[in-house]
Amino acid sequence: MSETLTASGTAGTDPTVPAVPGARRFWRRLREQRAALVAAVVVALLVLVALAAPLLTALEGQDPTTYHPTLVDSARGGVPVGPLGGISGDHWLGLEPQTGRDLFARLVYGARVSLGVALTATLLQTSLGVLMGVAAALGNRWVDQVLSRLTDIIVALPLMIMALALLAVVPSGFPRPLLVTLVLGLIGWGNIAKISRAQTLALKNLDHVSAARLSGWNTWHIARRELLPGLAAPVLTYAALLVPMNISAEAALSFLGVGVKPPTPSWGQMLTAANVWYQAAPQYLLLPAGALFVTVLAMTVLGDGVRTALDPRAASRLRVGTTREGGSA
Amino acid sequence: MSGFAGFVTRRLLATVVTLLAVSVIVYVVFYVTPGDVAQITCGPRCSPEQVRQVAGQLHLDDPLYVRYWHFLQGLVAGQDYSTGTSVAHCPAPCLGLSYQSDQQVTDLILTKLPVSLSLVLGAMVLWLILGVGTGVLSAWRRGRLSERVLTAITLAGTATPVFVIGLVLMIVVCGELELLPFPQYVAFTDDPEQWAWNLLLPWLSLALIEAAAFARLTRAAMLETLAEDHIRTFRAYGVSERAVIGRHALRGALAPVIALNANNVGSAVGGAVLTETLFGLPGIGQELVHAVRVVDLPVVVGMVLVIGFFVVLANAVADVLYAVADRRVVLV
Repeated sequence: MSETLTASGTAGTDPTVPAVPGARRFWRRLREQRAALVAAVVVALLVLVALAAPLLTALEGQDPTTYHPTLVDSARGGVPVGPLGGISGDHWLGLEPQTGRDLFARLVYGARVSLGVALTATLLQTSLGVLMGVAAALGNRWVDQVLSRLTDIIVALPLMIMALALLAVVPSGFPRPLLVTLVLGLIGWGNIAKISRAQTLALKNLDHVSAARLSGWNTWHIARRELLPGLAAPVLTYAALLVPMNISAEAALSFLGVGVKPPTPSWGQMLTAANVWYQAAPQYLLLPAGALFVTVLAMTVLGDGVRTALDPRAASRLRVGTTREGGSA
Repeated sequence: MSGFAGFVTRRLLATVVTLLAVSVIVYVVFYVTPGDVAQITCGPRCSPEQVRQVAGQLHLDDPLYVRYWHFLQGLVAGQDYSTGTSVAHCPAPCLGLSYQSDQQVTDLILTKLPVSLSLVLGAMVLWLILGVGTGVLSAWRRGRLSERVLTAITLAGTATPVFVIGLVLMIVVCGELELLPFPQYVAFTDDPEQWAWNLLLPWLSLALIEAAAFARLTRAAMLETLAEDHIRTFRAYGVSERAVIGRHALRGALAPVIALNANNVGSAVGGAVLTETLFGLPGIGQELVHAVRVVDLPVVVGMVLVIGFFVVLANAVADVLYAVADRRVVLV
């Protein structure tokens, strides 16, 4: 009985609620956008590189942590021996100044850290945010008040500052990549919570949700079966924008020396030292800077593509290569 | 009480409540975990006896709410600290003493504040000019090649972390081309010209990143306004395109730009931390990074609170300005 009620109630007859496109329709709309497609390919390649990091470095015959003291010129302050910062058949992208660690290995392992931290943190932020938002919307007045004020405060506090400060109070033995993930996850959920709360409040009074409530289903069941599908589009849209933000945040924290610490390689960390070494080994600056730029750019464009695919009424916010007269859409 | 004055009063009250809540959360989060603060402050070679003594001196044994109460008292009325033999008085907005240097945190912040304010406020002027200017230009030149170029530049600005652009700027401008010396902070009161020259690159790095969002927003808001009927009427009356764009369409972008500016103060402060560290500017951000590295909790808590204060205040001011720019908000 309740099943039939649900089924008849869903389809977006109410114009205030954006219709949730099916997965297939979503993919079609995403594929229609050329920029997003290119970005998706780049992201897929990056994920592949990150996953295959041990394989790639085995192919090169190096690893990210071994020092090569014989390949750096200690008389000249640790500059890599050989042209272009020590690029050779053994070391495809040259060596790190002073330590002589292999740059290619550090770069691909850095991708692991960067993407791993950013994606896991996004997952954490999204789950926490949805949980808080739905709880605030479905709870009584007090629950809503407390959770909403907490959300306001979390949104108001600058993420970088809080992350920086939180990293100070955790004992030094804690594994750093996990720590950075947790810190970003625990303070970055505010906007997802706001979106989820607003959307749940809108969905709550729809017929199919009322029907489920009248059928005597418990709140948890209603939240899972009736509300979460309606939340997917707006939450996914924002979550896609969180990924590049998290990548930048991890790199920034590691750049400041409080994020991921050596010997674990990280792009932000590589940039810290580039300041001193760029003349001796220019790729020491260019590699991590380029990697960060490409990754964040691809993630941003893909995120915008996801948004456009989920909500076709809104045109692209980035407007890559618009030729039409926009704005009236 | 209703109307504009009521709105402002309510908003300010809400700001005070938010700030109090922020102080509780920050205080609890930072002082609830540390088991080894005494150990770190005392140094690695301290005996357990000495560590216990330090813990007593820092009142680490008191329950948390007692310490928070003392902290609030210090903030409002000042506090006396015994430093072994003598008693030091810490006047009214007292944020405690640094574990490392025994310096008063309020003093420390006050000496660093001008640097950070110079950086953020100067960059803000620059990103508003750059961002809104680019937005206006691309709305005006919509559909042409110049707009596409601007869009590409804006996108690149969105995707570049502030420390990457800062690093590249510093290396190219100061290192390779030697157009500017490596930045060194000079106080405005000492030499305004040197102050501006030395801050030029830090301002640029921070502003280029932040400007991108403003460019997109301004462009979108202007195109929306340009599509409205009253603009068509202006055009029909023969108002010049320059006046339509510069006077009427730009007004539509005013309120959203104010709102975004408030929203971005938080991220700009985060960017300022990176910029200060990168360029070696002795501001709050650089000090905060240092305090985090040596686990100097009173300094960390004090700085987070002061930064939180500015961000919450900026949001409140923006809400009021937003209401001035768009009077409908007051009724909500």
